[in-house]
Amino acid sequence: MRVTKEVRDDRTVLSIQEDRIDAHNSGELKDLVLKTLEGGAQNVVIDLARVQFIDSSGLGALLSGYKNASLRSIGFALAGLQPRVRSMFELTRLHRVFDIYPSLQLALSA
Amino acid sequence: MGWAGIEMCETVVNLDIVVPNQTRYLRFVGAIAEQLAKELDVPEDTRDTLAFHLNLALTEAVANAIQYSSAANSPDSVRISFSVEDANLSVRVFDHGEGFDLAALPTPEIDELRERGRGIFFIRSVMDSVQYHKTESGNVLEMRKKIA
Repeated sequence: MRVTKEVRDDRTVLSIQEDRIDAHNSGELKDLVLKTLEGGAQNVVIDLARVQFIDSSGLGALLSGYKNASLRSIGFALAGLQPRVRSMFELTRLHRVFDIYPSLQLALSA
Repeated sequence: MGWAGIEMCETVVNLDIVVPNQTRYLRFVGAIAEQLAKELDVPEDTRDTLAFHLNLALTEAVANAIQYSSAANSPDSVRISFSVEDANLSVRVFDHGEGFDLAALPTPEIDELRERGRGIFFIRSVMDSVQYHKTESGNVLEMRKKIA
């Protein structure tokens, strides 16, 4: 899984550089997010702008991050969801659970 | 209208693919599903959604089959069979694992933030019907959808 990590002020941005998250790379995403949370991040933003497709295991990896961040009182937001990706959150109503921003820029200025 | 109907009746597609039971092939399976949607005789404004839905259903079904087959240490490939007759699409995914009871699967609840268990829910959401049969030679998940 190709992911770039960047710290901007108090936010750690993980930008997913893959067009697809499925059972092949979702385990890696989950580990990467957990490592970031354990590494002392205060606020984490996952930039999904490049992701055109996510399956149930990918949603599971993001849920794992959300739950872990909540336990540690770390901010956890998603940004830049493409229409197909957003529809997966809507089908499961997880868009009501996650903090979701239309773009990374809006997430960073929130 | 009449001609379109006749053409539709003549649309017959049968396609079998066998992929190694490794998750790296999910991308390939999803791409085939999308390509199939591009080849089918469907209204232009529904094509992109159909492509996405077939990609999703196939990705979830094959990921399940890979998981079950791996757990059971059985054949190292997964077979997928597409067939289209008239406007009825049927996709079957064969696995050689222990199998599961489709009827016993709970619908995911919004308040339950479980990390697993949404695959079949997604398949049910995007296809018209889903059935799972256990047979002596293996199990088959059959997904159907009316495409016109």
